Amino acid sequence: MTRFKIVFAVLLLALHAQISFAQDETALVEKLKQKLDQVHDYVATGRMKTDVAFIKAPVGNVKIYYQQPDYFKLIRKSGISILPKGGVTVNMNAIMATKSYVALFAGNAITDGFPTKIVKLLPMNENNDIVLTTLYIDEKNLLIRKAITTTKENGTYQMNMQYGRYSNWGLPDKVIFTFNTQDYKIPKGVTLEMDEPLTDADRKRMQQKNGRVEIDYTTYSINKGLPPGVF
Amino acid sequence: MFTLLQVELYKIFKRPRTYIAFIAIAGLIGIIQLGLKLDGDAYINFVMSNAEQSFTFDGKLLNGYLVCYIILQLLLVHVPLLIALIAADMISGEANMGTLRLMLTQPVSRFEIMMVKFTAAAIYTLLLLVWMAVLALFVSMGLFGTDDLIIQKTRYLVQLSNDDVFWRYIGAFGFALLAMLTVAALGFLLSVFAENSIGPIVATISIIIFFTILSTMSIPIFQKIQPYLFTTHMVAWKEFFDLKVNADNTALKGTLQNKSQIIQSAWILVAHIVLFVGVAMFVFKRKDILT
Repeated sequence: MTRFKIVFAVLLLALHAQISFAQDETALVEKLKQKLDQVHDYVATGRMKTDVAFIKAPVGNVKIYYQQPDYFKLIRKSGISILPKGGVTVNMNAIMATKSYVALFAGNAITDGFPTKIVKLLPMNENNDIVLTTLYIDEKNLLIRKAITTTKENGTYQMNMQYGRYSNWGLPDKVIFTFNTQDYKIPKGVTLEMDEPLTDADRKRMQQKNGRVEIDYTTYSINKGLPPGVF
Repeated sequence: MFTLLQVELYKIFKRPRTYIAFIAIAGLIGIIQLGLKLDGDAYINFVMSNAEQSFTFDGKLLNGYLVCYIILQLLLVHVPLLIALIAADMISGEANMGTLRLMLTQPVSRFEIMMVKFTAAAIYTLLLLVWMAVLALFVSMGLFGTDDLIIQKTRYLVQLSNDDVFWRYIGAFGFALLAMLTVAALGFLLSVFAENSIGPIVATISIIIFFTILSTMSIPIFQKIQPYLFTTHMVAWKEFFDLKVNADNTALKGTLQNKSQIIQSAWILVAHIVLFVGVAMFVFKRKDILT
């Protein structure tokens, strides 16, 4: 009976510790959310680079609009913007807009040279497109250095953030968005093209199953309102 | 020589059949533009369905540049048939009407007559392409506006910036002129051998259709002979709408992916023109004119 009490007490302690851990990370995530919530809206300018095996796209100047809770729009200043599906969430604010979630500690890691805490964010709402988000949080600076998000509809994508001038707002200077791509092929009979022999470099490039979109933010105009009808 | 050219041009533009090509092109382009104006988004969704599995496109995909590209892709396969109507009639038409012998009684060499006749056919071809460019490019730009041009190639998708497109169209139309002159030269050559117009016109059209089918079928045995068919090189105008990428896979504005291919194809077409016209002159010079 005494042994049973000891085992029960240990289990209770372990459970308490587990709950404490979860609560601790919820607190951290909430703190992070509070920081990001300072930004009600922003208009940013930047340059976008698309690196996908089957897309040849030039670097373009872009304008980005954000408004709480998760309105996000990216417009190429002159021209057509090609964004990965689910690209509306090419920003942390939209991911962090999830209101009801469970935050679990999953270890520590060094991300881009910064010590980070790995936190698994599980949305409670079953209808949410996001199934799981893994955040690499720089606790000292209260910044998200990396996020890996798994969605129901658009696969898994990863965001790496680099911060600079706007780190006090939790806004990155650079975002590298990595995502899965599907195969692309159109019959020659449709495109009516000449046969072009593939070089080794071309072949290697075509085999890449991941695509990248890099956005270098040059300016942010924060909490100054947005022009009407942007979204 | 110039007077002779004027006479030949007068003869071409006096015939009602000359205007069939201009009317047909205007009608076809007008129908395509109307269709795309009314239901272009559905068409774009259909053709972009492959790429839209992974990406969303934000902007004016259906713009004047894309409409022009669609028109060229559809029409440049068929315009040779319209050119054959005139080019394959240049000598055989005269023979059929019985005016060839009369014409050769003039103090002008057979070489000059042939040169002038081919030049007249070339001017007709040029005017047809200018007409096509005005309707397909400039009218489409007016109707649909301009934006980046997104083109689907067999293995990849190309995005050309708005300010990097127009010069490519000038190059493409220039190349298309070479391709159409090759057709004109073929029709011109065949017209030397016939006494009426129907034969060389049908023969020219048949050769173009036959070679075009061989050029586009991805069957290994056909792929071996494709580089030797002039119809394979006629579609090299599309190479103007592809650009180079750097090591980071960023497209480099103002570049051409296969410049050497364009030059090589252009030379092959020029060689065909010289060969066809040269053989036509050689045969005509030695020909016993009986009509």
